[in-house]
Amino acid sequence: MKGKALALHLTLLPAILLALFAGAACAQGFGGLGSDAPGFETPKPGAPVLFPKDHGAHEAFRTEWWYVTANLKGADGESYGVQWTLFRHALEPKSGAGWDDRNIFMAHAAATSAKEHLFAQALARGGVGQAGVESAPFKAWIDDWRFEASDNGFTKARISAKDARFSYDLTLTRDAPFVLQGEAGFSRKAETGQASHYYSQPFFTVDGTLVLHGRAVKVAGRAWMDREWSSQPLAPDQKGWDWFSLHLSGGEKLMLFRLRGARDYLSGNWIAPDGATRLLAPGDIALEPLSQSAVGGHYIPTRWRVQVKSRSLDIVTAPLNPASWNGGTSAYWEGPISFSGSQNGEGYLEMTGY
Amino acid sequence: MRQTLWTLAALLSHWRRHPANLATLVLGLAIATALWSGVQALNAQARKSYDSAAAVFTGGTAQTLVAARGGLFSQELFVRLRRAGVKVSPALEGVARIGKNDAGEKNVRLIGVEPLTLPRASTLAALSETKEATNILTGAGRSFAAPQTLHDLGLAEGARAKTERGFALPPLVATEDAPPGAVIVDIGVAQKALDKPQRLSRLIVAGDARVEAAQIAAVAGDEMRLVEADEESDLSRLTDSFHLNLTAFGLLAFLVGFFIVNASFGLAFEQRLPMVRTLRALGVSARALVAAIGVELLAFTLVAGGLGVLGGYLIAAALLPDVAASLEGLYGAQLSGRLSLDASWWLSGFAMAGAGALLAAGSGVTKTLRLPVLSVARPIAWREAHQRYLKRQGALAALALLGSAIAYRLADGLVSGFMVIALALLGAALLLPVALAATLRLGESLARGPLSRWFFADGRQEIAGLSLALMALLLALSTNIGVGGMVEGFRQTFLHWLDERLAAEVYYEAATPKDAREIEDWAKGDPRISAVLPIWRARTRISDWPVEIVGMTRHETYSAHFTLLEARPDVWRALFEEDVVLVSEQLARRLKLSLGDALDIPATSDVWRARIVGIFPDYGNPKGQLRFDHAKLAQHFSDASGVHYALRVAPADVASVMEELQRRYGARIARLIDNSGVKKISTEIFERTFTVTTALNTLMLIVSAIALFASLLTLSSLRIAHIAPVWAVGVARKRLAGLELARILLFSAGAATLAIPLGVFVTWGLVAIVNVVAFGWRLPMQVFPAQWAQVFIVALVTALVAAIVPALRLARSAPVDLLKVFANER
Amino acid sequence: MTASTVEDASTLDARTPAPLLRVVNLQKSYATPQGPLPVLHGVDLSLAAGATLALMGESGSGKSTLLHLVGALDHADGGNIFLDGVDIARLSENDRAALRRQTIGVVFQQFNLIASLTVAENLAFQARLAGRLDPAWQARLTHRLGLEALVARYPEQLSGGQQQRVAVGRALAVRPKLLLADEPTGNLDEAAGDAVMALTLELVAETGCAFLMVTHSARLAARLQRRETLEAGALARS
Repeated sequence: MKGKALALHLTLLPAILLALFAGAACAQGFGGLGSDAPGFETPKPGAPVLFPKDHGAHEAFRTEWWYVTANLKGADGESYGVQWTLFRHALEPKSGAGWDDRNIFMAHAAATSAKEHLFAQALARGGVGQAGVESAPFKAWIDDWRFEASDNGFTKARISAKDARFSYDLTLTRDAPFVLQGEAGFSRKAETGQASHYYSQPFFTVDGTLVLHGRAVKVAGRAWMDREWSSQPLAPDQKGWDWFSLHLSGGEKLMLFRLRGARDYLSGNWIAPDGATRLLAPGDIALEPLSQSAVGGHYIPTRWRVQVKSRSLDIVTAPLNPASWNGGTSAYWEGPISFSGSQNGEGYLEMTGY
Repeated sequence: MRQTLWTLAALLSHWRRHPANLATLVLGLAIATALWSGVQALNAQARKSYDSAAAVFTGGTAQTLVAARGGLFSQELFVRLRRAGVKVSPALEGVARIGKNDAGEKNVRLIGVEPLTLPRASTLAALSETKEATNILTGAGRSFAAPQTLHDLGLAEGARAKTERGFALPPLVATEDAPPGAVIVDIGVAQKALDKPQRLSRLIVAGDARVEAAQIAAVAGDEMRLVEADEESDLSRLTDSFHLNLTAFGLLAFLVGFFIVNASFGLAFEQRLPMVRTLRALGVSARALVAAIGVELLAFTLVAGGLGVLGGYLIAAALLPDVAASLEGLYGAQLSGRLSLDASWWLSGFAMAGAGALLAAGSGVTKTLRLPVLSVARPIAWREAHQRYLKRQGALAALALLGSAIAYRLADGLVSGFMVIALALLGAALLLPVALAATLRLGESLARGPLSRWFFADGRQEIAGLSLALMALLLALSTNIGVGGMVEGFRQTFLHWLDERLAAEVYYEAATPKDAREIEDWAKGDPRISAVLPIWRARTRISDWPVEIVGMTRHETYSAHFTLLEARPDVWRALFEEDVVLVSEQLARRLKLSLGDALDIPATSDVWRARIVGIFPDYGNPKGQLRFDHAKLAQHFSDASGVHYALRVAPADVASVMEELQRRYGARIARLIDNSGVKKISTEIFERTFTVTTALNTLMLIVSAIALFASLLTLSSLRIAHIAPVWAVGVARKRLAGLELARILLFSAGAATLAIPLGVFVTWGLVAIVNVVAFGWRLPMQVFPAQWAQVFIVALVTALVAAIVPALRLARSAPVDLLKVFANER
Repeated sequence: MTASTVEDASTLDARTPAPLLRVVNLQKSYATPQGPLPVLHGVDLSLAAGATLALMGESGSGKSTLLHLVGALDHADGGNIFLDGVDIARLSENDRAALRRQTIGVVFQQFNLIASLTVAENLAFQARLAGRLDPAWQARLTHRLGLEALVARYPEQLSGGQQQRVAVGRALAVRPKLLLADEPTGNLDEAAGDAVMALTLELVAETGCAFLMVTHSARLAARLQRRETLEAGALARS
């Protein structure tokens, strides 16, 4: 039965971001993300990112997501990770009201401990209220999963999600301004011009409650929010990516990614504690897989050596749980990591297309 | 093993010498099996169709939520429940009429679903297998229907079906997963096609998440009702009685076939007794004999069962269109037109054949096995045995009749209703030989000449051999009279009632309520139209039964014509001035309501209490119906579909009014029909409903004729021993043959005579017990003597046809055959 | 033959060969509404292999009952029937059936052919049951009995004498050790009866089986080696 349902969703939503995770064999790179997007707007360099408007949905673009990952410490002394993600995908450029709305929402929620990785997925049509996004004050939801800001200034926010096995309800407090990734929010993804609009908020502090199998734990820690929208962010030959968000010592943050294509495309951003950013040149970054884990029937490099030469950063990352496999409609690896070397710290790693 | 084999060969060699006996045996068993399994196939097919209709949403296992008060509910409830974490998927069902390419149109069940949230177990999840699934939410979208449905609609894949409201459904895709008669579309498409924006009929709970009623109440208050997966669907509840009727017929038919088998087997075993004695003398052990007889029975089961199941398939296939049509006409249930049966059906057919063979052969087998090796072939003291037989028959008959009376007194269900009839039939059948014997005894005492005395005396001896066949004939005849009387009575009542019910001349249905208002305004201003009668409709549930609500306006159309079974004297005044309603007979019986009772009616937003001022007949409607003032309906049921209207027009103007409506409003009128058209449709449904009954009835009569024929044929060889002495003393063969024929006609006439009162009793049982329970209405009891005469003639013709061959054989038999009787010292 | 007793060798005269059939003090009565009716009380009889014996007596003297007991068609109330050294007087139903198949051939007054089988099938029937069909012997029997032209016919298409020849052939087809006949010519006219009798005796001599025939015809009895008469349930001393 389950297989049937999967097949339904897979065939129903072939052109969407889900398929981009769906398999490495995808001829168009990240499936739909690499395909043409006639009728949709494409990201343009220099287009300003405006708040609170850009917290909301960008329906002229085909795809976007609201992404929060949190590295947490429990009152029980254990380390935990939490993910809350909402994807929006437009099936067609023209969309109507109600059931004629052509937006599909998919959400992923996950909770990770050293022992287990729990994952849940939700799907919904846009237009009728089951799922949606509002910008001022910011509010994104699907069923009873929510991501809401307390006010237009986004000083505080709340994420919550619930599944039969786990749930969480976390309060995020903002310590610094939003950070524009790439060139003032224009993030290139390939030599051939593919790009997205991209901003982050890596400075959230978190506290709240995580419930695993009915056992509630008070948790506190740090969270990182990513916002990205585009219509065609990937080049045809790009098959997947490896994405790091790292909390460095001294309040600095580091975002790094590698898009795996005919030639790997590397990019990154060094973020100062006050939110000032410095774009890293591709040659400045070195990412080297050290060891692989077999997860969900795939071989995934779960330990990495990460170097930023200009900053003398040379670290080795280790997953909190190598089995951090989000085995939904589209499967990918997403989980908390820690690192040591020239610096010690923690962060999140996302790997797709393996 | 070797012993068993040779014993079997010897046993089977009997059939080689008696092929007619073999033929009747196999034919009897095959027919019995065929009638039974044919009926079962129809039932199985229907049940499968209901299940597949239900599985569209639930896969048969999930819970669903429906509006507590019946009808539709707001889509906003779906969103509220989802946002409270209750995993439900929305659906909207409705009926859309789709025009065929040629003349006429067909109702389809339009089902709107939401593919993203639909439970995985549902039938529709299988649609994912088709690549078309991709297109549900893009472009023009897709409609899904079973190939049979497409065929019925006269539409090809890719076509866009137009509904009566002029809405073009998305391009059609054929899929076996769609239930029969249904078209599946996206929920948004369904809301538009059915003109129910933002409305839903049902929420399906995702299969893996159980929901508690309290969870629902916390979000939706008392607006929603949780329906557990194992709750019977309305459809299967409503159609239960129909299927029980079919099953009863199947069983009766099996019984008649069984009589043939029993008679043939009895004869065969009787004839084989000397052989068995020889076999035992030659050293065949009892064990080998049992094994050989067992193998023989098994062979019969396989051959006759196989033929029977095949025949059953053919019967079912032949009757399926009529059954499907009557189920659709009566209950709106859609049956798949392609017969598909699973292994269990085939197996049960063989099992029934095996059980029948075993049962029919039972007494013969025991007799054979108990046969002492050395029993001397003594002429049986038949007179003594016959007396014992008659006494036993009489006692059993009394027991059966008593059982029938007890069933009548004790219970009031459908099953006990059938029990009353079945036991009475059985009792009468058992009584038949007793009655015939008494008649013959009377004849014997009155007879003067030696030949006529012999005629009666010998007849008594013949009864024992013919009794089963005569009993089968009696059953067939009386069922024929009984069912025929009920159907004819129903036809007359129904047609009269229909005339009254359809007092208005023109009926139409507007495409939308807005169109309806405009047409209404125009009609009110047209001089040819003397009255515009809105017949708005709504749905609710009372005590968990679906109830239709129909509005009425103050007009002589109703006060002068609308038939009431019971009513307050001032009913037509009260109906429009007080909080009162009329209830249908079905609803009144179901809820045990009577005149003056108060009834709580769940309305759209409240519960309305009204008093009952009248009860009206509503033949053929499986649902309950309430009728009351149009204004109150509009007030209490904001959900009401306000598109149905009737017009009073002078007969001469009907054509011109209809033509003008058509011309002015075109597609804005979804349906336009005059009362003769409605009558035609209604009577068609009626006729088809009883096609199956009539067909089974006729088959049964044929089978009983075969039974009689078989018995006479096999008996004729034994009869020679009785006739030869009479021939020897100087009665011509032709004379004897004539007497044989006369005797059979006398027997059949006796059976037919008994069949008349019995048939009237069956009619009464059907009208007064079965119909009331099965359908909720009671017809006036009527009898049709013309039918009796017909059946009487049929009985005599049947007997004549069955007896003519043996009689001719006797008339032409060679003297040497008759002499053998003496030569062989039988 | 589980419940049988083997004859004690010491009781036999060492000089004479052991008889094929030895009946010792045989008792049989039938239940009637008026109480048990004794039919046989203390019958003693023996028959050597290859010997022929006519059993005579009035109607009701018990000769048919004796034949049925010897033929393992019924069980005795007392006494013994040693057939080939084994007591068959009180065998189980199955063992008696086996004995009838294998060792004994019976010819009845009523022929008792199977009406639905052809002459050929009837002839072979018992031999087939016993698993002892010998086609050569079968052909020879058919020839000797003069049935060659009739093999495809059914019993009802034969005369009485022909039917009885089939019955004799069926009984001898198994090469029984003991052939029993119960008034075999009772239903035949004299000429036919004599012809059947002559054939039967020839074939008995040829097969070397013992032959016990019940008859009330002294003329027929005279053709057999020995004659015994039953009187009121016991052998009369002659």
